[in-house]
Amino acid sequence: MSFAVLLTVKVLAVLGLMLGGALVVIYAELKVGAHMQNRIGPYFAGGRFGWAQPFADALKFMQKEDLVPDGADDRVYKLAPYVVLMGTIGVFVVLPLSPRFVARDLDLGAFYALAISSLTTLGVLMAGWSSNNKYSLIGGLRAAAQLIAYELPLVLAVVAVAIQAGTLSISGIIEAQAAPAFSIGELNVALPYILTGQIIGFAIFVVASLAELSRIPFDMPIAESELTMGFVTEYSSIRFAMFFLAEYAGMVSMSALATAFYLGGYQLPGLSATAVEVLGPVIFISKVFLLSFLFIWLRWTLPRFREDQLQSLAWRWLIPAALLNIAITATFKVVF
Amino acid sequence: MASTKLGFPLKGIFKGMGITLVTLFKPTPTVNYPVVKERPTERARGVIALDTDACTSCMLCARECPDWCIYIEGHKEEIQPDKPGGRVKTRAKLDRFDIDFALCMYCGICVEVCPFDALFWTPEYEYSEHKISDLLHDKDKLTEWLATVPTPPALEAS
Amino acid sequence: MSTLDQSGTVHISDASISVELETPGMTLNIGPQHPSTHGVLRLVAQVDGERVSSLEPMIGYMHRGYEKLVEVRNYAQIITLINRIDWTAGYANEVPFVVAVERLTEIEAPDRAQYIRVILTEMTRISAHLLFLSSFPLELGASTPLMYAVRDREYVLELLESVTGGRFHPNFNRVGGVKPVAGGGSTTKKQSQDLPAGFIAATNAMVKRLRGTCVTFDGLVTGNEVFLARTKGVGIITPDHVHQYGISGPNARASGVGFDVRKHEAYLPYDKFDFAIPTETDGDCFSRYAVRLAEIRESLKIIEQAVNDLPGGPLRSKVPRILKVPAGEIYVRGENPKGEMGYYIVSEGGRIPYRVKIRTASYSNLAVLPELMNGALLPDLVAILGSLDFVLGDVDR
Repeated sequence: MSFAVLLTVKVLAVLGLMLGGALVVIYAELKVGAHMQNRIGPYFAGGRFGWAQPFADALKFMQKEDLVPDGADDRVYKLAPYVVLMGTIGVFVVLPLSPRFVARDLDLGAFYALAISSLTTLGVLMAGWSSNNKYSLIGGLRAAAQLIAYELPLVLAVVAVAIQAGTLSISGIIEAQAAPAFSIGELNVALPYILTGQIIGFAIFVVASLAELSRIPFDMPIAESELTMGFVTEYSSIRFAMFFLAEYAGMVSMSALATAFYLGGYQLPGLSATAVEVLGPVIFISKVFLLSFLFIWLRWTLPRFREDQLQSLAWRWLIPAALLNIAITATFKVVF
Repeated sequence: MASTKLGFPLKGIFKGMGITLVTLFKPTPTVNYPVVKERPTERARGVIALDTDACTSCMLCARECPDWCIYIEGHKEEIQPDKPGGRVKTRAKLDRFDIDFALCMYCGICVEVCPFDALFWTPEYEYSEHKISDLLHDKDKLTEWLATVPTPPALEAS
Repeated sequence: MSTLDQSGTVHISDASISVELETPGMTLNIGPQHPSTHGVLRLVAQVDGERVSSLEPMIGYMHRGYEKLVEVRNYAQIITLINRIDWTAGYANEVPFVVAVERLTEIEAPDRAQYIRVILTEMTRISAHLLFLSSFPLELGASTPLMYAVRDREYVLELLESVTGGRFHPNFNRVGGVKPVAGGGSTTKKQSQDLPAGFIAATNAMVKRLRGTCVTFDGLVTGNEVFLARTKGVGIITPDHVHQYGISGPNARASGVGFDVRKHEAYLPYDKFDFAIPTETDGDCFSRYAVRLAEIRESLKIIEQAVNDLPGGPLRSKVPRILKVPAGEIYVRGENPKGEMGYYIVSEGGRIPYRVKIRTASYSNLAVLPELMNGALLPDLVAILGSLDFVLGDVDR
């Protein structure tokens, strides 16, 4: 296959994965959230279960006028959604759905994924600053403070995983989770990291990624009851849709990273290597959606924190816990 | 920070999550509106019906209305006696009876003060219009509503 | 600050790094259109970052001139207008006014009417408090309590509608009792407006169901650690504030001032029922929430007692067809869901009052807002606004 064809296929696969995942998660948010509130949710769009609601929403957004507020920093304002979306798409490049189904398996995959996903912070700050709106500005600054605070526990949690696996490649980490954790006679049982010492790390990762995604209980950058809509207040039309898409695609990518790091990725305990070859994507995607469900579930249950409480949670609880987690993991690694 | 004196940390959050999870599998009380219609109670003040035969255009309702949204015009009509030499009767004839439902507060005072039972409440509620001026229901439209007047509900024993 | 040396360069070491940078404050106009101002309240806030340094509520966007409007309407028409002052508690608005007119005219409402007034007032209180239980967590970011509260409020509103015909604006009180007849002629189809059949059974079922709702709220909201972190110790109203600003209702009782018009003035036969006045001592947002949740439970108790020993008899005393109120003046207050609501009526004799002064609870409750702002953060502002539970119609009138 020539380079160009391969590139096209890979780009399409990454975009398809992102869009498909995001649309499913958006639909799940609408439907699961509705039923958790004892409502029906989408019902008419597309037929029986309102499955076409995300598409209908996207179409509606496209029809709207793309407004740029008077006095906004035009170029920055228009660029911001792209930056946000790019930071999210970038993560999908290194996600392995099965041992062979991966766009690009980088040696520093975990590092790359965390680095590129923090690009969204920049986009959010750009949006908040350029909108020429006080609510947007506060939202943007909140987002910056929050994402800086939570990038740290997120990375530190992954450091522990990297120590345990001995690699930074995402495929490598998943493969390391296939190594037998213990044996019952002849049978070697491999367990994902969440069950072999990284439970605290997983909790930290989930909490920090909730904050990274600015979802309830950490949705202060948007906080519609305080800041109307935070940094997206002024956005309309397709640019708003891009923020919207980035949020849900980010949810998929964060769930995917957590799956890879803690839930064994495409592995399932007791499944042979050949079966993983075939069933890998299915297993991986189901785990991703399971985690996304957790995110949705939390959102429809909890109120939001206050900005200072969020900061103290990060600096006083999560980061020390993550450091402790690294120390314990490293000790075990050296001792055993 | 959150005070977690109840032993198990984050007990409240898990309890809340349990409630939402249970609700997820419960049936919803939603009424699928345009397909299934909800029937309000008999006393619901939906729209006012007019019995033109009973109305004597005495104007009591128009006068008692708190925001004066009832417009009545009428004239006297002479009824010639059947037999020659009989008395000539006069009868009030209603020319115009409009209720502006854009202005109406649905208080029901007009229904209450009507001494001849010409006005009735009906629980019908589907009469929204694209133009606000179309909410001015004239005599004919108000008479149409008369068919929907429900029988009064039975009363609780006192 | 740093000094220039001969070469004209500034040494980093010269800069005094302990000086904090001056940041100019920002004026943030919150409202009149804003998701958490409950209508058209405008708040001019001076913010320093997240911190609100001063706050000024601007009211009047919703002024409808009630006190003037009622000067050109007769008493029956006024009842329907004042329904709309606090539209979350339409029925409770009517009661003090009607009681005031009854006292001026020396007409006594029959027992059954009094009991029906109590039942419907308490139902209104529950529906208003459920609205609070829905909007307050929503302001803190939790949207699910909204749906549960609004879902269960429907059971109350349905009962209100089945009796009065209106869900929000019942207009069911008349001077001398409750609305006896609709279609009031003497000819045909006389619709008596006593309680409809099945009302008592339905009410008992509603009481049972709403007790369950209170338990759900305990689980979903009251114990939630995030909710506690957001509301405990935030926006503390001291008993001094209560007396200075004339705060009343659940807001006052959350600060330990156990004043309730229902217990202290017999504007309705509340002395016949066994119920408690829930009070809290902290005066913070959480106390205000807890008091309202407890009040729902107490109101359910009252309804249960009132429905189950409802006296028989007429619904309305003999009242002249054209009601003329003798000259005089009177002030009657009642306990609304939002607090004390009172009417000062001056009559010169005749069908129309000379002057009516309306005292509403939300106006005084909102006035304390700037006091609660010292050092509060922007998210606290929203929590405090939500916990004060005001209605702009009640503030501006």
